Amino acid sequence: MRNFLRAYPTEAKLLAVLILICAVLALTSDSFATLGNLTSLLNNNAVNVIWAVGLLVVLIAGGIDISFAVAASVVQYLCVYAFAAIGGGNWGIGLLFAASIGAGLGLINAFLIHQFRIISIVVTISTFNAFFGLLMFFSSGRFLYNLPSWWSQRVILWEHQSPDGTWSEITLPVAVMAVAMASTWALIRHTTTGRQLYAFGDNAEGARRAGISIGLMQAIAFGWCGAMAGIGGLMQAHITKEVVPNALVGRELDVLAAVVLGGARLGGGRGSVLGCFLGVALVAVTQNGLNLLGVSPYAFKMVVGVIILLAISTSNIDLAQILAPKRKGRE
Amino acid sequence: MTVLYTRLARAFGAEVPGLLGFLALVLVVFGIMAPNFLTAANFGSIAFQLPELGILTLAMLIPIISGGFNLAIIYTANMAGLTLAFVLNLYGGPEAGVLPFVFGSVLAIGVGAASGAVMGLVIAYIGAHPILVSLAMMIFLRGLGEFLTKGGDISGFPPYLAVLGHGSVLGVPVPLILFGVCAVVWHVLLTRTRHGFAARMIGSNIRATTYAGIHTKRTLTLIYTLSGVMCAVAGILMLARFNSVRVGHGEALLLVTVLACFLGGVDPFGGFGRVVPVVIALVVLQVLSSGLNLLGANQHLSTAVWGLFLIAVMVLRWGAGRYRQRKPGKG
Repeated sequence: MRNFLRAYPTEAKLLAVLILICAVLALTSDSFATLGNLTSLLNNNAVNVIWAVGLLVVLIAGGIDISFAVAASVVQYLCVYAFAAIGGGNWGIGLLFAASIGAGLGLINAFLIHQFRIISIVVTISTFNAFFGLLMFFSSGRFLYNLPSWWSQRVILWEHQSPDGTWSEITLPVAVMAVAMASTWALIRHTTTGRQLYAFGDNAEGARRAGISIGLMQAIAFGWCGAMAGIGGLMQAHITKEVVPNALVGRELDVLAAVVLGGARLGGGRGSVLGCFLGVALVAVTQNGLNLLGVSPYAFKMVVGVIILLAISTSNIDLAQILAPKRKGRE
Repeated sequence: MTVLYTRLARAFGAEVPGLLGFLALVLVVFGIMAPNFLTAANFGSIAFQLPELGILTLAMLIPIISGGFNLAIIYTANMAGLTLAFVLNLYGGPEAGVLPFVFGSVLAIGVGAASGAVMGLVIAYIGAHPILVSLAMMIFLRGLGEFLTKGGDISGFPPYLAVLGHGSVLGVPVPLILFGVCAVVWHVLLTRTRHGFAARMIGSNIRATTYAGIHTKRTLTLIYTLSGVMCAVAGILMLARFNSVRVGHGEALLLVTVLACFLGGVDPFGGFGRVVPVVIALVVLQVLSSGLNLLGANQHLSTAVWGLFLIAVMVLRWGAGRYRQRKPGKG
């Protein structure tokens, strides 16, 4: 327990706050702690978590990516046309295609950052404008509804009818989210590449002198983020059953806020998959709770903003220090 | 020619001659391609479109020079505009006199300064990352604004406001005069005052600045407060230009202001940046956009071109840097 607090101070605090909020909501609202509500929270936030773990890898490597949500929109459009061209497709082809196109767009960022030594925020703001402008230009802002049936049909993996007759279910995006989380966790925690990503994010020059290939690190970080963006985009279109060119613009900042709330550091070298999940969960549970408590939906964002501000303002309090037994004298 | 180059570079920054060259190139290319490009009407419309983006860019400039960021500029401007709109409506909407306008503008600037000051305090005294703090503030202000207006817009303002938004004095558009005044104030602030010097020092090395005896926390707070004030000016101008206030007006300009700053040679890590090149960069962006518009392309293509243009400029700067590094070695 103390090891967890010391290794993951932000995650531990976040978990404590999340449990507190959940407890309060469970006591004040009848419908919060129901299976139906919890599963729908999972279903509705799976895409955000997928994007969050992608962005996490970039943040760990010391970069930032503003363009991934727009890249996801680009992937959605290309997918629609590609699947129409090959006459259907299926989930395997779809996921592979979305991930590769997304990774390709991410690699454009990585190439510009590495080759021309441009800082990542400048590159991704440029590509944000370029991707979005070109997408809107070529799509003329048209919505697309003609998705192949495998793509737009809901895939229910698990369902359960409670005694009062309401259904609760887990859908495909949740499974994809779980795989995305597990693979990102494996990448950053259990591979040499993952350790190198942390080292590179913490001290790029130090990592370079230690023999780590800088270009490869950028390519892996942005490629991974792009692939996750693409898969997230595929899932988003699966949920909404339509492709809207400007639907995802602005989501990048919400996801960024959630990831950093979860303990990833802007500037690199720190962050965890658990933190990402908790960061997204905190925002989602808060909004869900406000909704169930009958607060006006217009006030949701305001409260979320306050919560993030408070979370940052208290982020320097060290829980491990408080919980640790007082040392007697100096060691 | 070389004398002119060094003079310009010495007086206004090394970026100026290059940017002026770009501007000339863009003017010549569009002058040849679009027949009605080099007309008074076209330049008139550029002069009316530039100031909003320009003033918002100035609001973004000082935080970037100090090594930070202010992602809340658009919504700070919206909130300031809302404040003014509330005051005007309180005093009879279209019948409101000049005094309520003055009172409302002072209140609006107060609101802008207050939201900036809160960000500055959190950034300075808690040490949280400016991107995160301003992101939280952005989410909060957007929520607050949507809560207050229910997502609708407020209109019905006195007719004399049209002078501020669309009038001209001696043939010069009033918004452009306002922008000019703001830019001069910012230029003087950054180059001729203690505070401006301290802001640049903080961007270069905040710890060294502290050791040099500068109250960095107070300076940081003031930086964001001033940024908030500039946002409020932009908010008032937007109210006059559109004759209405809606939360989210100008949302798309957020990343464009960052783009303009980087294009104007502001160091993304902070410490270096001047007003004059940024203003020229703004003119280049606006001329590009209006030229493309005359050629029949839409706003979205301009967005894409802006993004690609920034990448091109950064690549050219990288090339110029390498060329300069190599030259002494060969000679």
